[in-house]
Amino acid sequence: MLSPVPDADGAPFWEYAARGELRVQRCADCGEPRFPPRPCCPHCQSFASAWRAVSGRGRVWSYVVPHPPLLPGYAELAPYNVVVVELEEAPRIRLVGNVVAHAGAPPDSVDPARLRIGAPVRAVFSGGLPQWVPA
Amino acid sequence: MTASGLKDAVAIVGIGQTAFARQLAEDEKTLACRAVLAALDDAGIAPGEVDALASYTMEETDEVELAKAVGFGDLTFFSRVGYGGGGSCATVAHLAAAIATGQATVGVAWRSRKRGSGPRPWTDTSARLPTPAQWTRPFGLLRPVDEIAMLARRYMHEYGVTRDHLFNVALACRNRANQNPAAVMYDRPLTREMYMTSRWISEPLCLYDNCLETDGALACVVVGRERARDCAEKPVYVHAAAQGLPAQHHGMVNYWNDDPLTGPAWTAARHLWKHADFTPREVDVAQIYDAFTALIPLSLEGYGFCGRGEGGAFTEQGGLEIGGRLPLNTGGGGLSEAYVHGFNLVNEGVKQLRGTSTAQVPGAETCLVTAGEGVPTSALLLRS
Ligand SMILES: [Zn+2]
Repeated sequence: MLSPVPDADGAPFWEYAARGELRVQRCADCGEPRFPPRPCCPHCQSFASAWRAVSGRGRVWSYVVPHPPLLPGYAELAPYNVVVVELEEAPRIRLVGNVVAHAGAPPDSVDPARLRIGAPVRAVFSGGLPQWVPA
Repeated sequence: MTASGLKDAVAIVGIGQTAFARQLAEDEKTLACRAVLAALDDAGIAPGEVDALASYTMEETDEVELAKAVGFGDLTFFSRVGYGGGGSCATVAHLAAAIATGQATVGVAWRSRKRGSGPRPWTDTSARLPTPAQWTRPFGLLRPVDEIAMLARRYMHEYGVTRDHLFNVALACRNRANQNPAAVMYDRPLTREMYMTSRWISEPLCLYDNCLETDGALACVVVGRERARDCAEKPVYVHAAAQGLPAQHHGMVNYWNDDPLTGPAWTAARHLWKHADFTPREVDVAQIYDAFTALIPLSLEGYGFCGRGEGGAFTEQGGLEIGGRLPLNTGGGGLSEAYVHGFNLVNEGVKQLRGTSTAQVPGAETCLVTAGEGVPTSALLLRS
């Protein structure tokens, strides 16, 4: 399985995730959240930013069910789900992830037929990665 | 140049291609040389007269190798365009800009690729990390098809687009390929039954929603309008050209803005139509980038052939077939002729306006050609 390879902008997200916290970069001047993280604010061009904790509540914005050919590690899990989750506090912040049966369960632990756009989910953490469980 | 800018300032006067197949014996450099020499021969222009080149950043054969192999003259302009299939039309656009502003006189654009027998780019786990892949690949969103399927699912959900609409796209391309002896799928008809029962690649997209994996090369020759009148074949004028990278766009993982379903096509289209003497209604035939079927309804909306959310319905009642509202990808496209990063769409546009397509639209005088939607893109309006 592939681990995130953070860049300088993304590193804080993964550091917080390793501690079980979901945080989003936000402009320290105008307050606009932004994702993916980047050096300055596209609204006010400020370089000052802060990482704000979010509730972890969200809704499924879309999802796919990949089938082979896939990379080793993923091919064995297929078919599994990948979702995009829209955060409750900041709908334009949409995180890619997996809906799982419980924290630490694999991405094939939920029947894809049960997935729906708009379904409420909440963030849990396992091995430094956020995951999503039905809320 | 005059105030009219690029409008009809240059023409495509030569096109060339190799055979298309899942596997060709020759290497990419040799295929590039063959396609380029075929295009120059078609134009009746000697290699020594070429002074400008344009290709994709993903092209493996560089200018030095190509120039010394085929015997180009002194080159005074050479350009590469990024973002994979988003660069196809921009290669011609860059040559048009160079020639119209006097930087060069004879330009060649080309693409040679062994995507059929070579590696799939997404299997390179180092190349696509860390950004934006750190946000997607660990969760198993690995391939372009997964990234586009995510947008396709949302699009289908928001607008009631169905798998039958996507089938209409696959079918139109396959039907045209069935008329084109050079197409990989020339003798392979497609049925709704085959489509609906085919294996999934990334739900909601199935095998037939995906382009081919092809070895092959293509090229075209661009010259100024004065020179074009003296060439062997009827000139096909570049009426308008545009690149498109919208504000806050994120490539194929365009999940992080207000409206992820309006992509680069909208940006390119606004520029094209601002500079054109005709409207979408007056486009006789279109060659729209089809790495995935779902890109077609999105592009139909982006380029103004229908309204927002109407791209699925546009494909109904044979809308994309010969005689329909907008005959599409008349050589078979990336879905059924060959997937060479969309360059075959450029050459097919030229064939239509010469009147020599294997699925000729009677009297075609205008053609839209587009590069990949979902990545920073480009597009051309061609006219005879
Ligand atoms: Zn700001």
